[in-house]
Amino acid sequence: MLSVKNLQVQVEGKEILHGIDLQIKPGEVHAIMGPNGSGKSTFSNVLMGHSKYKVTNGEIEFRGQNLLELEPEERARLGMFLAFQYPKEIPGVSLVSFLRAAYNAVRKDKDPISLYHFKKLLEEKMELIGLSSTFMSRSLNEGFSGGEKKKVEILQMAMLEPRLAILDETDSGLDIDALKTICETVQAIRSPKQSILLITHYPRILDYITPDKVHVLMNGKIVMEDGERLARKLEEQGYDYVREKMGIKSLGLKIVN
Amino acid sequence: MGALDYIQDLDRAVFDEANQQSYAKKAQKGLSEKLVRRISKEKKEPGWMLELRLEGLQKFTEMELPEWGVNLKDLDFDDLIYYASPEEMKGYATSWEDVPADVKRTFERLGIPEAERKVLAGAGAQYDSLNAYHNLKEEWEKLGVIFEDMDVAVQKYPDLVKKYFMKAVPVKDHKFTALHTAVWSGGTFLYIPKGVHVDQPLQAYFRMNAQNMGQFEHTLIIVEEEAQGHYVEGCSAPKYGSTSLHAGCVEIYVKKNARFRYSSVENWSQDTYNLNTKRAIIDENGLMEWVGGNLGSGKTMLYPCSVLRGKRSKSDHLGIAFANKGQIQDVGAKVIHVGENTTSTVLSKGISKGGGESIYRGLLQINKGAKGAKANVRCDALILDGDSRSDTYPDLRIHEEDVAIGHEASVGRISEEQLYYLRSRGLSEDEALAMIVNGFIEPIIKALPLEYAVEMNRLIEMEMEDSVG
Repeated sequence: MLSVKNLQVQVEGKEILHGIDLQIKPGEVHAIMGPNGSGKSTFSNVLMGHSKYKVTNGEIEFRGQNLLELEPEERARLGMFLAFQYPKEIPGVSLVSFLRAAYNAVRKDKDPISLYHFKKLLEEKMELIGLSSTFMSRSLNEGFSGGEKKKVEILQMAMLEPRLAILDETDSGLDIDALKTICETVQAIRSPKQSILLITHYPRILDYITPDKVHVLMNGKIVMEDGERLARKLEEQGYDYVREKMGIKSLGLKIVN
Repeated sequence: MGALDYIQDLDRAVFDEANQQSYAKKAQKGLSEKLVRRISKEKKEPGWMLELRLEGLQKFTEMELPEWGVNLKDLDFDDLIYYASPEEMKGYATSWEDVPADVKRTFERLGIPEAERKVLAGAGAQYDSLNAYHNLKEEWEKLGVIFEDMDVAVQKYPDLVKKYFMKAVPVKDHKFTALHTAVWSGGTFLYIPKGVHVDQPLQAYFRMNAQNMGQFEHTLIIVEEEAQGHYVEGCSAPKYGSTSLHAGCVEIYVKKNARFRYSSVENWSQDTYNLNTKRAIIDENGLMEWVGGNLGSGKTMLYPCSVLRGKRSKSDHLGIAFANKGQIQDVGAKVIHVGENTTSTVLSKGISKGGGESIYRGLLQINKGAKGAKANVRCDALILDGDSRSDTYPDLRIHEEDVAIGHEASVGRISEEQLYYLRSRGLSEDEALAMIVNGFIEPIIKALPLEYAVEMNRLIEMEMEDSVG
């Protein structure tokens, strides 16, 4: 479904990713883990098509298409979704009107949904994720708490039903109850063919969503890959485990658990 | 067909397209005493009105163009038609069937008859200098409400008109009110008797059709004590590539304990200079609400004014201005606090795009003796690209100490990150921009009745089309 080969990326002339390879099949859950500054967010934004990041080498293919030729909206319509680490506030645009526009946009080939049916569907999903329906008419993300913003990201994922959902540090800033609810929702809304790419610093989220594969990203390279047990190791020993094993010098970045 | 369906079919062509205008070929360009006398004679006006017109003409020739605001030097007064009346329009119709076919077609495309049937208490439709249609639903007529073509009102209600006409706005207020006084034609007269609440909006639509046309309609509204009402105005003109001028005048009197809302969507073609004057005088405990959208027109200068004369009187000004390529929207609000414990709010939203210039120019004056006055002004600007600009010129004149005043201004640019966020959800760049802009003006849109809110959103969308690339 997603195939990344030798991906090299620059931001403002500085290379951040030095050749990433990643293959995700339909229905798989992958986790990319790494300390701060390892290039995790760069990677997720490159996948979604942020214009700030310049791909200097390598390829990304998604569902048989060359992603690098597509605009962010075209990627979304092809079935990609990014749950943002810092979702943007859009004053004056209600959650319901935004999400209905997005819903219709990713279903361009189908007839637009009526407001009535859309609201019903939205209400169902909001209940599932534990968001009061009063959020519907509030301005998108404006004045929402950190946890509410994250819930709204997952709500969008639930409504848009992407083929591949990238969750960029969805766990950061969440208390354990909120994290649990969000992860349970992700599990509940998942179709068997939907793939998930978890981008995270902490192994904690992997207690709730079990990955098929864990990749450790350090200094812009994937330095270690394994199954779920790699996450366990990281939980016990932190990123120093990887550094020691791979002979990577610590850059003075500490893991805070 | 639903009441809102016409809005979906709206596109620029609906506004830009003109009808045949053989009648206008006979109309002469230029302004003269002879023309002013002819207008007055054709309308069979009483002597005092002719005298007022001549006074206006005199002042117009004496007065200079304003030295501030939009540059009006290119406005050629000799190249304008000041009065044009399609021959077949002798007196307005009270049934759409009796409106000349091509005129009717224009208003049908603009959705007026449909809106009237569904949501309005009454409607008027002016075509160049004259009203083509005017009608008030019977239930309101029975309650003593008068909703009349202004020309006809001079004949039918001379005392009322004489008492209020050009009294809120003095003839010599500025060069264009003087011009307006000289050549005014058509417009609306609305009178709501004491205690009557007209809970459906009344609408007038002003359409310029002829090339090089000047439209000078006069709107006079009297809201008696305890009465309430809502009047909505729409305006448009076709595009010719040569100058036209709109210098209308709106005078509103809100009496003790009365409430009135005036909403307008001005969408003249880019050939138009829109130099309109609007003023309300509000008595004790009265409330005046202005809701305005300024789109279209090449150059606009428009600052609706509220004079808070009575104790505890209130005014709210809500305005949106959209300056697109080649446009200057120099708009704002004027509020003058005279009575004690008067309250005013101003919320203005300006959008500039494609090199357009949007300016907020506001006057807040608190007279000596207006103790306990409260005023809050907020103007926000949104600039969509690097070529466009926005300016704010607030003028505060405070002559009383016991007052509370707030003034806030903000200028924002749409951030790449906001666009990226929306695009990552499948919206195109244009759709994302339009969504952010709609969000920006939402506080004003929500004050409009649904039909007009939808229409305003559609108009903004039209302005946003092809915004990228």
